[in-house]
Amino acid sequence: MIHVNRSILSALAIIGLVTTSGVNAQPRTDLILGMSVEPSGLDPTAAAPVAIAQVVWQNLFEGLVTINKEGEVEPSLAESWSISEDGLTYTFDLRDNVTFQNNKAFTADTAKYTLDKILKSDSINPQKALYTPIKSISAPDPDTLVITLSSPSADLLYWLGFPAAVMIEPSSEQNNATHPIGTGPFLFSNWKKGNQVTLSKYDNYWGEKPKLDKVTFRFISDPQAQAAALSSGGVDAIPQFQAPELTSQFQSDNKFETVIGTTSMEVIAGINNNRKPFNDPRVRQALMMATDRQAIIDATNEGFGTPIGSHFSPSDAGYEDLTNVWPYDPVKAKALLAEAGYPNGFTFTMKMPTLAYAERAAEIMQAYYAMIGVTMKLESSEFPAKWVQDVFKDTNYDMSIVGHAEPMDISIYARHPYYFNYQSTDFDASIAATANTTNEADRLLGYKKSQAILAQDVPALFLYAYPKIGIWKKGLHGMWENLPVPSNDITDAFWSE
Amino acid sequence: MHCIAKPIAKSLSGLIITLLFVSFIIFLVMEAVPGDPAEIILGMSAQPDTLAALRSQLGLDRPFIERYLHWLTGLLSGDLGNSYTYSTSVAQLIVERLHVTLPLTGLAVMLSVLISLPLGVTASAKPNGIVDSFASAFSQIGIALPNFWIGLLLIIGIALTTGWFPAGGFPGWDNGFWPSLKALMLPSIALAIPQAAVLTRVTRAAVIEITNEDFVRTARAKGATPNYVLWHHVLPNALIPVVTMLGMQISVLIAGAILVENVFNLPGMGTLAYQALAQRDFIVIQNVVLFFAVVVIFINFLVDALYNILDPRLRIRR
Repeated sequence: MIHVNRSILSALAIIGLVTTSGVNAQPRTDLILGMSVEPSGLDPTAAAPVAIAQVVWQNLFEGLVTINKEGEVEPSLAESWSISEDGLTYTFDLRDNVTFQNNKAFTADTAKYTLDKILKSDSINPQKALYTPIKSISAPDPDTLVITLSSPSADLLYWLGFPAAVMIEPSSEQNNATHPIGTGPFLFSNWKKGNQVTLSKYDNYWGEKPKLDKVTFRFISDPQAQAAALSSGGVDAIPQFQAPELTSQFQSDNKFETVIGTTSMEVIAGINNNRKPFNDPRVRQALMMATDRQAIIDATNEGFGTPIGSHFSPSDAGYEDLTNVWPYDPVKAKALLAEAGYPNGFTFTMKMPTLAYAERAAEIMQAYYAMIGVTMKLESSEFPAKWVQDVFKDTNYDMSIVGHAEPMDISIYARHPYYFNYQSTDFDASIAATANTTNEADRLLGYKKSQAILAQDVPALFLYAYPKIGIWKKGLHGMWENLPVPSNDITDAFWSE
Repeated sequence: MHCIAKPIAKSLSGLIITLLFVSFIIFLVMEAVPGDPAEIILGMSAQPDTLAALRSQLGLDRPFIERYLHWLTGLLSGDLGNSYTYSTSVAQLIVERLHVTLPLTGLAVMLSVLISLPLGVTASAKPNGIVDSFASAFSQIGIALPNFWIGLLLIIGIALTTGWFPAGGFPGWDNGFWPSLKALMLPSIALAIPQAAVLTRVTRAAVIEITNEDFVRTARAKGATPNYVLWHHVLPNALIPVVTMLGMQISVLIAGAILVENVFNLPGMGTLAYQALAQRDFIVIQNVVLFFAVVVIFINFLVDALYNILDPRLRIRR
């Protein structure tokens, strides 16, 4: 009996030794991060999919400036800058001692080359339109870059921090899609197509060195498989978990940390403002009042997500809650519809993209509109290919639901043509005035005014800001809570245990 | 020699004509499918001039016939073209993905034969017996269940509870043989079960049918043991419908692999085809579909050749 006890004790002691030595070990310096979409190429200046920026932005590539966790512009490769009184000349003081990961120096000439390339006539930069206010770029000396605009653009600095304007190196740019070379703290290691991209630490990085040595981005498209990968330890973190209905199992599990934040993506039901009866603002306002935003959030995202009353994300500076302009009120909605000449309602078609959140929302909205006598027919449209053709390009639709992922994209309502076919001289003037502002306070004021016009006019039904459900193992720190820019900035991430 | 070469040459020319026809149909379908790759690559903010620049870079602005002939001449010289989205050679993409799909489907075929042959033969020995009832229940359920759903059940029931196999993903053969084989185990079981269900049914029916033939009765009457009759008279004849079914199921297996690879997140041909279709990466889809067509035609070829081995009468006739 004593012998048995002794052997049990010694066994326990061994287990104890093993586990304590595990605790005393150095914290891990590698990270496996799960993403739902594999990027198509790794060059954010040549293709739009957000998955590209989710791997390389800030980790591998950097711009003149950057956008921080709060959605504010911060210095990056440009140490400081000054803007002329008229808002037409930007002078950047560039950092010296910056090298690309192929040991070529970063200078004002490389910066000029990068920006010139965006604006060239055969440019394939997906965001070229954002940089068209730029008239010319000059590099008077290696540390100074001067950008001259043809008209003031209050957002230009923000867009210079955007993934589409990261700095590239002329001799390696041809291969950036498959083997990217940037100035960031991590360099490209390998890409197993269909499986994962691995980055490793860049030893000659100009700034503070990252705490991780190796970061693997693993691509798992199926939401169930994402949950399984987290549970089985196949990945350490999924910053944008795609299965809201499976989130509670991780919230109650003390091995994981679950952080719910917001993204820059506004989910809206776009309306073809040209078509009857939607050309009457009262009809659009009535439908907005017949829409219970919280019910849609509950049904599509398990209650995660923030209701919005205009086209602006709560994660952006200048956001205003305008959900009370047309709050849920089916009785008033029916009355307003009668006033507009549709006492018995009408029938229209909802073109649903094949996206889970859009399909679920459409079904809920169908039930709510039936309550005010409006019949909504549902028609499925393959996303992105067929949807982009039918809805976005040919504007052959009545209404459609989609998330607008680009940050600070309220000005799309002032773009003509655009798939809403929305015309408002007030709004166009407000956006133009905002662009012309030269200080931050006026810029935000301009955006507030623009938000209010949209909230009143309802060119689209504003539903909710898409949640960012971040789940990672306990002990991992420095992950972002919100996503002002679609990305996975892991330059500050580290393990404490 | 001469009499062997002639049928081979004939079937080879038939093969080429079939493939030409298939390639044209694929190209035509891709042309008719709505969706512009340039728009998908550049997103919703792209300006018309940017889209035009990318289209001309990808060669999408050239006429239909020119693009088709360009693809064909490329194929002849072994150049399948470059993926629009990955910017890498399609041939390389396919070869990389075959490292997963080939072992996966091979394992699935092996498992389905290992399950169905013994089960079907044992079931046929005693119709309506215990084994037969089990076999019939198994094949009914197996045929009814979609393989991706079986995959999900295996993930929840085995991978997550026991941890014996990973729930998804693929470590790569260069990271060790056993971890990679383990990653393929559950998906190949998911693929094998519906196949085994069909094959069990075919095996059982074939064995019972052959057992009732006159030559089997004759063999028994001559005093051969039941085992001898089974191995030397019944099975060789029963294998012909089984092999036929196996060949016909290859296309079902490929279709199943597309779904199962997605459920288990395996970087195989199936996920490649699925992604390419969603991205309208036409050049990848064309080549992948053509590759699948070649595989199906080749397997049918192989099945024909197997008949010659299994059925001596065919050999004499030629």
